[in-house]
Amino acid sequence: MLRDITIGQYYQTESVLHKMDPRVKLGGTLLYIISLFLIKNFVGYIIAALFLGIVIKLSKVPFKFMIKGMKTIILLLMITVLFNLFLTPGEELVTVWKLTITVEGLRSAVSMAIRLTLLIIGSSVMTLTTTPNNLTDGMEKMMRPLKVIKVPVHEVAMMMSIALRFIPILLEETDKIMKAQIARGADFESGNLLKRAKAMVPLLVPLFISAFRRANDLAMAMEARCYRGGDGRTKMKPLCYQKRDYIAYICILLYLAVGITVGRILF
Amino acid sequence: MSLILDHVNYVYGDDTPLAVKALDDICLTIPDGQFIGIIGHTGSGKSTLMQHLNGLLKASDGSIYFNGEDIYDKDYDMKKLRSKVGLVFQYPEHQLFEVDVFTDVCFGPKNLGLDQREVELRAYDALRKVGLPDELFYQSPFDLSGGQKRRVAIAGVLAMKPEVLILDEPTAGLDPRGRDEILGQIKKLQTETGMTILLVSHSMEDVAEYVDRIIVMNKGKVMYDDEPKKVFRHYKELEEVGLAAPQVTYIMHALKEKGLNVDVDATTIEEATRQIYKALTE
Repeated sequence: MLRDITIGQYYQTESVLHKMDPRVKLGGTLLYIISLFLIKNFVGYIIAALFLGIVIKLSKVPFKFMIKGMKTIILLLMITVLFNLFLTPGEELVTVWKLTITVEGLRSAVSMAIRLTLLIIGSSVMTLTTTPNNLTDGMEKMMRPLKVIKVPVHEVAMMMSIALRFIPILLEETDKIMKAQIARGADFESGNLLKRAKAMVPLLVPLFISAFRRANDLAMAMEARCYRGGDGRTKMKPLCYQKRDYIAYICILLYLAVGITVGRILF
Repeated sequence: MSLILDHVNYVYGDDTPLAVKALDDICLTIPDGQFIGIIGHTGSGKSTLMQHLNGLLKASDGSIYFNGEDIYDKDYDMKKLRSKVGLVFQYPEHQLFEVDVFTDVCFGPKNLGLDQREVELRAYDALRKVGLPDELFYQSPFDLSGGQKRRVAIAGVLAMKPEVLILDEPTAGLDPRGRDEILGQIKKLQTETGMTILLVSHSMEDVAEYVDRIIVMNKGKVMYDDEPKKVFRHYKELEEVGLAAPQVTYIMHALKEKGLNVDVDATTIEEATRQIYKALTE
């Protein structure tokens, strides 16, 4: 029941994108998201969609798998679209009961839908092709300059990778405890809100206890291996830019240049 | 009054690249009152099989009948099934949550909608059955030792008065004495109440002494399904799939090879002692 969440999941396969330096992917995703909000016309969106399409093709992740994660955010998308559609003032198009659709509203609703869809797919391409560990490594290295102003970059990165690592473990644990309590006649699905909240107690208490136990064990195991924080720590596989990473940077910049010129200036 | 599995199949992660066939065409009949050991290596599908028996997992294909009724029928009462087929998961002490032992054991029968008196009676009865001393009844479950916690968790399922009790590795992580105590208590429970018991384990040694029948699982299939003695005759094949017959079996076979006239079907140490004594005095 909890295994359907695919956002932030990693999809194991061999592709150029999987081998790429996480910093390129992080930076690229960030630039891509920014570009989506700079583009103002539909030709620009077509270019953005095409670029994403090529990237997806390169990633070798089945499109079906990518879309599966979209299901969970469809509600959010619908709400945004509806708000834009009905609440934007401007030239009247149709009026249904008390709701008015305006030309501007229609325009912004459609472009919002496109933007959000591309944004979500775009960022899921990154998480699907990068292991959580790689991702935090990349972040750590990118944020290293912040160390000058006393930001505990290494500690934050370590906490993030531990947190990410624990998501599947805790999901599995939840599933197990849920089943065990259902086997004892617990009912998580019926009743009013209060009853359901109460029904969560037999799930949450054991879950918290197990999370604390695991955290304690992990801390002990890290100490036993002499973990002392980030100072003087070296990596087994340090991140190093390769030829393909530079090529990727050039591609992203080219896309940005073309996308933004077409999307903002032309037409 | 029995459990029947008819061509049950189950696939994990259907239509993903990681699909795994966990159960492959399982056909089994589990009559009343039998003490059965389900043995298999890690990932052989034994835990998956067990979760089908009380409807926690739904077979991808095939049907399961409990007391003659199809449990996948639309109007079948799953909650009733779960009270009749009690399931004790691996490390069941991880599911304890209440402030004291007694209240925790009450959780199961309370969910059945019984009145307070009956609930408390059942909880008391269940705790006595697993042999937990009275003075621990009102302690926090988290203050107990590992073995005691496990008894409390088993009592939590027993208090629902199931007709079939399934235990997934009830001895995992216990010391030899704790293991013998728990297994002994389960055997006693079975002879006293005539309950059907399924004991899931990866260790032949554990179950050989107690069960009437052994089902060996391998790669989602039933490999052997017979009395312990007959299953252990295949000790060479068992080894190939990462299992082992009890040590006694090996010793008896070795003795036989060396020319001592013993019965190789002895599975427990007592039986073996008798056999060897007999062979030597002949």
